Amino acid sequence: MTTTFLRKKKLTILPGFKLSLGFTLLYLSILVLLPLSMLFWNTMQLSWHDFMKTITDTRVVASYKLTFGTSFVAAIINVVFGTMIAWVLIRYDFVGKRLMDGLVDLPFALPTAVAGIALTTIYAPNGWIGNLFPFKIAFTPLGIIIALTFIGLPFVVRTVQPVLQNFSSESEEASASLGASRWQTFTKVIFPELIPAILTGFTLAFSRALGEYGSVVFIAGNMPMKTEITPLLIMTKLEQYDYTGATAIAIVLLVSSFVILLVMNIIQWLVNRKFSA
Amino acid sequence: MVISGCSSSDQKGSGSTDKTINLLNVSYDPTRELYEEINKSFTKEWKEKTGQTVKIQQSHGGSGKQGRAVIDGLQADVVTLALAYDIDEIAANRNLINKEWQKELPDHSSPYTSTIVFLVRKGNPKHIQDWDDLVKKNISVITPNPKTSGGARWNYLAAWGYADRKYHGDQTKIKDFMKKLYNNVEVLDSGARGSTTTFTERQIGDVLIAWENEAYLSLKELGKDNFEIITPSLSILAEPPVAVVDKNANAKGTEKVAKAYLDYLYTDEGQEIAAENYYRPRNKKILKEHTKQFPNLKLMTIDDFGGWQKAQKEHFSDGGTFDSIYTPKNQ
Repeated sequence: MTTTFLRKKKLTILPGFKLSLGFTLLYLSILVLLPLSMLFWNTMQLSWHDFMKTITDTRVVASYKLTFGTSFVAAIINVVFGTMIAWVLIRYDFVGKRLMDGLVDLPFALPTAVAGIALTTIYAPNGWIGNLFPFKIAFTPLGIIIALTFIGLPFVVRTVQPVLQNFSSESEEASASLGASRWQTFTKVIFPELIPAILTGFTLAFSRALGEYGSVVFIAGNMPMKTEITPLLIMTKLEQYDYTGATAIAIVLLVSSFVILLVMNIIQWLVNRKFSA
Repeated sequence: MVISGCSSSDQKGSGSTDKTINLLNVSYDPTRELYEEINKSFTKEWKEKTGQTVKIQQSHGGSGKQGRAVIDGLQADVVTLALAYDIDEIAANRNLINKEWQKELPDHSSPYTSTIVFLVRKGNPKHIQDWDDLVKKNISVITPNPKTSGGARWNYLAAWGYADRKYHGDQTKIKDFMKKLYNNVEVLDSGARGSTTTFTERQIGDVLIAWENEAYLSLKELGKDNFEIITPSLSILAEPPVAVVDKNANAKGTEKVAKAYLDYLYTDEGQEIAAENYYRPRNKKILKEHTKQFPNLKLMTIDDFGGWQKAQKEHFSDGGTFDSIYTPKNQ
């Protein structure tokens, strides 16, 4: 009885459920589902044999390893330093805090090609940072990691920030008054609360990095089997007017991104259940 | 062609003389400076001749990417690309261009040419004179990826043609030569301008394999004190082609002016502008006036490779000779 009552009441408080749901479905269909189904439709013109041949080609496989490996490392780096930046921005007051807060979003706003050219200029062997190191950074996988870290930075910071902001100081005080050390307070009280946000940030940064093209092509060096990323191979297929081959590889990226998002959602759900129970 | 010619003259008859005509020229990357001048000169001449005002818009990008944009619906009146292959693809799709397009204008529809040369650092510290020097150990070569850059395909074929003559067609030896050459490549940029930047500004590599016009442009922009152009003993005649996109021009009623625009490239004025922008003019007299800039050298043509369709399939399509350089099998 009570549940139906509540539902009815909700409907009256917020009208337009059917209308907004209808709009949502239409909007998502046109913007997300339709283009993505075109991808599958295009690929279906390939026979299964050709499809497998395209996506398991040695060079393509080498590019998966590189793309997934560098994206993963970049996302991990972002988790560590992004959380730290969010912490500093929320917990401390200092001059120029607003400015720093704004800077975090810059990788979002910057056209990726601009980011790529700027990073390459700095990290090239004759660049400002590049010439400080005895080894090459630009045109190696290391350069790719830097580019992917750059574009992924805002994701972790922006997901962790609001959680830290809303974090009640009472629980920290309680933990301190019960005799916990600072480290214990952090690891046992604060950190568990942050895990879901960090996971979201990680997932977003990771899947964003998988598809990144603009900023990476400039710094990667694009050597086949060594520094050739998967999105570049998609471009080379298109350059040969091989639309189906390009979409076949694109689907591999898309499905992996989807699986990663799904797995992360499940993990988050488990984490939430564990800590709220 | 006859039919489209008729329909365009019909539209002209209905008093379009006082309207501004908009033309869109879809071109590849390094022609930006060339067409800025061509457009200025052509619109002036067209105004004097017919009283019509023509506004020409330019679009630049990688040759293949531009070709795809036209296939996908970019309303180009004319295309001026790096490879006949890209125009062939447009002709094959949606009948946008007459399949016999290459016969419609003189010199296989390519009004200006270029060739592939080497750009080295001032004083030529590694003593690079010819293709043989590029496969030596400790030579770092910069060239774009033939898979993503139309210009780079000319580079690749020039090297291949040299090896072909050197080894009298011995396929294993030619492939070995190419493998050595591309293993010396340090950065494989996705486009020609990217490679130029890598070589000139990032200062990576001992030699840049470049189009002659790009090499001259680098000298002009970045100074003769830094670089030198080396002309190899044998190179390839790069023929960037042009064509009217019949279907679009026909629909917009711009066919006549589009045709005149491309014809203009062959006039003395057009040829002179091409030469000033470091493209080799087809007009022999004008070419002669610029001999200092364009030294004579032995040149192969794409016909030595059986035309673009064949060359593309053999060398650059998946599983072609370029791929075999980087596949670990058969190594």
